[in-house]
Amino acid sequence: MPRAVDHFLVNMQTKKDLASAICLGAFGIYVAYAAINLPYTSEFGPGPGFFPLWIGIGIVGCSLVMLWSCAFRGRIDGGEAIEPNRTGVVRSLGAWTAFIAAIVCLPFLGFAISLGVLTAFLIVVFDRRSPWTALGTALGLAAGFHLVFPVALGVSLPVGPWGF
Amino acid sequence: MDAIGNLLLGFSIALTPVNVFWCFVGVLLGTVVGVLPGLGPPATIALLLPLTFKMDPTTAIIMLAGIYYGAKYGGSTTSILLNVPGESASVVTCLDGYQLARQGRAGAALGIAAISSFVAGTFGVLGLMFIAPPVAKFALRFGPPEYFGLMVLGLTMVVFLTGRSVVKGILATLFGLWLAGVGTDVFTAESRFTFGRMELLDGIDFVIVSIGLFAIGEVLVNLESKTGAEIFKVPKGLRNLLPTLRDLKDSRFAFLNGSVVGFFIGVLPGAGSTIASFLSYGLEKALSRRADKFGTGVIEGVAAPEGANNSETGGALVPLMTLGIPGSATTAILLAALHLWGFRPGPLLIQENPNLFWGLVASMYVGNVMLLILNLPLVPVFAQILKVPYFVLYPAIFGISIVGVYSVSNSLFDIWMLGVFGLLGYLMRKLDFPSAPLVLGMVLGERLELSLRQSLMMSQGSLSVLVAGPLSAGMLIFAGLLLIMPMLHRVRSWRVKAVEQEV
Repeated sequence: MPRAVDHFLVNMQTKKDLASAICLGAFGIYVAYAAINLPYTSEFGPGPGFFPLWIGIGIVGCSLVMLWSCAFRGRIDGGEAIEPNRTGVVRSLGAWTAFIAAIVCLPFLGFAISLGVLTAFLIVVFDRRSPWTALGTALGLAAGFHLVFPVALGVSLPVGPWGF
Repeated sequence: MDAIGNLLLGFSIALTPVNVFWCFVGVLLGTVVGVLPGLGPPATIALLLPLTFKMDPTTAIIMLAGIYYGAKYGGSTTSILLNVPGESASVVTCLDGYQLARQGRAGAALGIAAISSFVAGTFGVLGLMFIAPPVAKFALRFGPPEYFGLMVLGLTMVVFLTGRSVVKGILATLFGLWLAGVGTDVFTAESRFTFGRMELLDGIDFVIVSIGLFAIGEVLVNLESKTGAEIFKVPKGLRNLLPTLRDLKDSRFAFLNGSVVGFFIGVLPGAGSTIASFLSYGLEKALSRRADKFGTGVIEGVAAPEGANNSETGGALVPLMTLGIPGSATTAILLAALHLWGFRPGPLLIQENPNLFWGLVASMYVGNVMLLILNLPLVPVFAQILKVPYFVLYPAIFGISIVGVYSVSNSLFDIWMLGVFGLLGYLMRKLDFPSAPLVLGMVLGERLELSLRQSLMMSQGSLSVLVAGPLSAGMLIFAGLLLIMPMLHRVRSWRVKAVEQEV
C-alpha cells in the first residue's frame, strides 16, 4: 500500500479512536457526576453511589489513556487501518432504521405482520429482488414464526388487531 | 464401593422403561428449548411442573433434570450457526463457533460442542456422585470476600477477550459493569441510572444486551456488503460435516478444562454457567499455544465453554441436593418441585431418599448418552441451515432476536433496547471495540458489587478483609498473575526484537 494511502487510513483510525475517547470520556464524567448525586455511604456500609463512582472514574481514566495514545502514537495498540466504506455504513444504518420501524409497528400490526413487512422491505430495497420473491419469503417467514412460537410452543408475542 | 453399589441401585431405577421414556422426553424437550430462543429451561420446567404432581417424584425429577441439561446441549446451536446466543452461557461459544461456521466448519463446531457436552456432562455427574458432600461443605466457606476474589478472577478474563487493544477491552468491561448497575440498588432500594423509566427499575436483562450486540450487530455488519457474495460455506458429505480426529486431539485439554472449571463453578451458589463458560474460555486461551488465533475460529474455543456449561449442571445439583441451596433460577424451581413432592433437600436427603438421588444420578448418565446419540446425527441437519439464502436468513435472525428478547418479560421496551444494543454492537465493531468484555462485565457486575459491598460492611470499611482469607487472597493473587502474563509476554517480545535488531 502506498505510504500516503496508509497514512490517510491510519489517520482515519486515529480520528475514530479520538472520537470514541471523547464520547466515552464524556460518558464517564456523566456516570461519575450521577454517582456523586447518590449516597456514597449508607448506614449499612458503602452506598449506591460507591460502585458507579469508581466505574465513572475508570472510564474517564481509560479514555484519557486512549486520548494520549491518539496524540502520541497515532493509533491504539496497533489497531488495523480499515478502509472507509461509506456506502456500506449507509446500507447498515438503513437496515437498522427499517428494524426500528418494524419495532414501532409491533403494537399496531403485531409480530407476524411487522416481520413480514420488514422482510419484504429488506429483500426489495437491499437485495433488489422481485416483489414476488419478497412477498413469498415474507409470507413464509411470518407464517413459520407464528406456527412455531405462538401456536406450537405457546410463546406470547405482540399481536395486532386481528389476533396475531 | 458404596458409591458403586448405590449407582447400581440408581441404574436399576433409571433404566425402568417408564423412567427411560420420561428421561428421553426431558432431554428432547430440553434440546428443543435450548435451540429455540424464547423458552428457557426455568420457564419450561415451571410450565411442566404441574404435570408432574401425579407422577412418581423420581420419574418427575428425572424428566425435569433432563430438560435442564438437555437445554445446555441445545444452547450452542444458534450461537454457532447464527451468532444468536440461545442462552447466556452460550455467548462465549459465539466467539469461535460462529467464525468456524463462516469458514464452512459449522458441522465440526456443532459436533465438538456435542462431544464436549457429553464428556463434561459425564464428569459433572461423576463429581455429583463421588464428591458432592465434601465439595458442598467447601462451597459454604465462600463468603463475600471469596466471591469478590472469584469475580475479580473472572474479570481478568477480559485480558483474553480484548483482541488488539487492551484499553478498549477495559473500557468495554467498565461499560458492562455500569450496565449491570442500572436499576434498583439491592441494599438501599434507591434507583440508579433509570432515566425515570419504570421498565429499568429491574435492571437490563443480559439476554437483551447479548442478542443485540452479537446477533443484530453481526447482521448489520454483514448487510454492509452488497448481496450476492457467499457468506457461509457448507461442505458436502457427512464426513466433512463432523469433527475430525485432529479436532478431537486439539480439544482434549479443553474437554478437561471445561469439565473441571464448570463443575467447581457450578457448586458455588450464584456463580452460574455463564461465569463458568467465560472462565474456561479464558483459561483455555491463556494456556494455549495458539492464543492469538482465538476468536478467529479455533475448535478449543468451542469445546471449553460448552464443556463448562454442561459440567456446571452436575455441580449446580450438589448444593441443591446436599444443602438445599439453589444456585440459579432453574435449580430454584427444582428446589420448589422437591418441596412440593414432600422432600426436604439437605444433608440428609441422600440417606433418607437414596432412590431419588441415585436414580437421578444414574438417569443423568443415561440422559447424556441419549443426548449424544440424539445430537450428533442432527449436526448435518442443523448445518444445512447455513444454506438458507441470506435474504431469508437475516430477517429470520431479526425475528428470532425479537422472540428471544420479548419472551424475557413480554415487554416492548425490551425490544426497543434490543434495537439500541444492536446499533451499539454495530458501532463497536466499526470502532474496533470488542463485545465480549462488555458482556463479561455485565455478567459479573452485579455479583462483584454485591460481594464488595458486603465485604466492606463486614469489615466496617477496611479493604484488608478482601485478602484476609487464604481463598480470597489466593484468587486475587492468581488474578494478578493472569493480568501480568500478557505484559510479560509483550516485554519478552520487545526484548527479542531489540536483540534481533542489535544482531
